[in-house]
Formats: sequence, structure tokens, C-alpha cells
Amino acid sequence: MQINLIIFGQLCELLGDHLVLNDIADTNSLITTLNKKYPELVHSKYIIAVEKKTVTENTMLTDRCTVALLPPFSGG
Amino acid sequence: MDNTISYERYHRQLILKNFGEAGQQKLLQAKVLVVGAGGLGCPALQYLAAAGVGTLGIVDDDTVSLSNLHRQILYSVNDIGSSKAERAAAVLHKINPGINIVAYTERLTTANALSIISAYDIVIDGTDNFSTRYMINDACVLLEKPLVYGAVSQFEGQVAIFNQHNGAVNYRDLFPQPPHENEVPNCATAGVLGVLPGIIGTMQANETIKLLTGIGKPLINRLLTYNALNNHIYDLELSAQPATRSLIPADKDAFEKTDYDWLCGAISEAFEIDTVLFDELISGNDIDVIDVREADEMPIIKEFIHHKIPLLQLKDNLSLIKSGTIIIFCQSGVRSLQAAKELMTIFGTSKKIYSLRGGIMEWKLQHTKQTV
Repeated sequence: MQINLIIFGQLCELLGDHLVLNDIADTNSLITTLNKKYPELVHSKYIIAVEKKTVTENTMLTDRCTVALLPPFSGG
Repeated sequence: MDNTISYERYHRQLILKNFGEAGQQKLLQAKVLVVGAGGLGCPALQYLAAAGVGTLGIVDDDTVSLSNLHRQILYSVNDIGSSKAERAAAVLHKINPGINIVAYTERLTTANALSIISAYDIVIDGTDNFSTRYMINDACVLLEKPLVYGAVSQFEGQVAIFNQHNGAVNYRDLFPQPPHENEVPNCATAGVLGVLPGIIGTMQANETIKLLTGIGKPLINRLLTYNALNNHIYDLELSAQPATRSLIPADKDAFEKTDYDWLCGAISEAFEIDTVLFDELISGNDIDVIDVREADEMPIIKEFIHHKIPLLQLKDNLSLIKSGTIIIFCQSGVRSLQAAKELMTIFGTSKKIYSLRGGIMEWKLQHTKQTV
């Protein structure tokens, strides 16, 4: 199973703008996996969107689905 | 304000299908408040004035500086040092003398936000900091005003319409609590491509015109992210969260008492207070004062009521801390600052946490001086 992860804003400096991950069942395990690989991510604020919908609870992921991580922007 | 439509001025949009005279009349009747006349506010204001929005309010307490000019396109070098709100109003009046423009040169605060915003139909967020963004969001929820949100960071920008109807999504559904200072870099530290707020601010004007005239599909409860480097657009659906309402002040009084600068950690050295503020705070209510020195350290303090919890035992004695404000002191101010930071990670923004700078030695010194 393959997950496409797209990353926005300042999080790109940590993760790059795009990642492809294998064998991730749900959003909780996605975050656990990312936190292990990128420990600085633990301190970052972001929203998670699965297939262009924001999710706040653990959400099952499907093959080839797209998950986005969006941090807050403050500039104006 | 002239109540008749200038057919010549608005001809090119009057002939648009679904817009017409009815759309133009709706713009003329509309009152739009733009908070922040900066990178986002300038293009938004310019297009809304040109399009014939009848009343435009501009809130900005800042003055024009040279580093603004690469993106804040209403200003010129002659404006450096002048009020942004006043200069923007003067330029917009030249573009369209037929509309009413109100400049507010004061900072939007909890004391004036509700009265200013309540006079308008729609608010455009063109601010550059989280404390004002959260304050505007909460005020719009309380007053049931639609909020056209925009924000930029380096090469990326976001646009959304919040609070368009009761129960709609607001900014706190995305990010319930504000980030702390330096957690998210602003334009001054991270940089921004000048044209980007031009694009995003113009999109905010476009969404506002769509909302006012009822044309197209405005970004209601949707967040659009635009990347200026690769032209990628990512448009996502937002959903309201049941817990959000509890984070927003319940009424006008609660709103006015909310310290947004503190919530966002925008005040420099937010944790540390001097002896004057210390004395002021400890005389108030809902306060826990904590001495984090070891039990045998001198001097023993009898002047005010406090808990004695040595630093290493602090985390095991959290149940003693019941008040909304916590003030910590130690001998010289080092351990108390460490304790303040530890408690911040535990309590987050649910409590106000301060450390006495210079410690009890400094406090004693100041009080000896006063009595001599």
C-alpha cells in the first residue's frame, strides 16, 4: 500500500515537499512514523488532510491516497 | 457617497452575465473592513475600491517603511513614515472618489474590535501576526460576520472564507490554539516574494466580491493553498469541530478580557516580570505564587502568601496549583524561569505563568530601597 504525502509551508524544510510512504495503515501510524524519522516534527503545528478533507481523528488510509500536512501561515 | 452607479466607470463589469446592475448595486451598498493595509490589504483594497464597494474601512496603526514597498503597492517613497491607513485612504480616494473610505489609525484591540467590526458586513484579514488573526476570528464569530482570511509564507499563500453562516468553519477549527512566538516564522524573518501577497490579497478581494454579489462559488469552508513557485493549487474541504466554540470567548465581556498577545506569546520575555509587576500581580485574585527554592534557603519570605515547592518536586505537586495565574520566584530568577518553562509545557495557554526576574534577592533589594 502506497501513500502520497504532500507537504506545505515551513514543514517542507523538514520533510521536503513530497514523500511517498509504504505500508501505513492510518493517520496515527503515519504521524508516528514521521515523528520517528523527523524528531523535530513533534514540535510543529499542522493540520492533516486526507483526500482534500481535514481530519482530526485517526483515519484509515487507502492505497494511493493523498495526505497533506499544512502548517499555519501568519504573513500578510 | 454617491448612491447612483456610474455606468461608464463600471461598464466592463456591468455587462458581465450574472453581475449587471444588481451586482453593482450590492457592491455599492456593502461595507467591507480590511484589517491590515500591508501586503494583502493593499491589493485587496485597491480592487475593492476600483470595483465600487460603497464603504471601505482600513485598520492599521503602522507607518510605511522602505522594506514595505516591494509588496505594499499603494505606497511610494514619499509615504515613508506616514500612517498606512491614512495614505491608503488617500490613494483609494483618488482611484474612486465615489465611495466612502474610513481610516482607523489605531491598533485593533479587544477594546475597539467589536465596535469597529460591527459597523461592517464583511471583514478581510490582512494582518501579519497570530494574535490579531485569532482576535479577528473570535470577534467575527461573536458578531456573526463573514471573514475572508488570507495569509502568506515565503512562496505559498492561503485563502478561505470563515464564518459565512452560523455554525460555519472558523480559523480555530483549523488551528484551535495560537502558536507561540517564533514557532511559526513571519515575513520579516522568513521572507516573502512581493508578488505573492499581491496574488493572495487579490484573491481575497475576488472572494469578497463573489460573496457580496452572490456569483460563482466562494471558498466557504474551503482552504485554498497556492504555491507561486510551481503554480500548484490545493483546495481542501474544512469541517467545523465541536470543541471549537469552547475556545472562543463566550460574550463581549469575555472577549474584552482575553489577552491575545499573551496567548500568542507576542510580548517579548513574556515569562519574566519585574518586581513592580510582581507586586501588582500578587495583590490580585486567582493567583498562585510559588517559591521553587529548597526549604533551607534564605531569606524566608513572610511578606506574601506563597507555596513552597522546590523545583525538582514541582511536577509532582501540580495539584497544589489551582489558580489561573502562576508566579514563580527563586533566589536569582534562573530556576524560576526554568520552572515557568516546564509549567508552560504542562498547562499550555490555559494558565498565565510568570517568573520573577532577578529573583527574591532583587525583590528584597527594591523593597529595601523603597523603605530607606
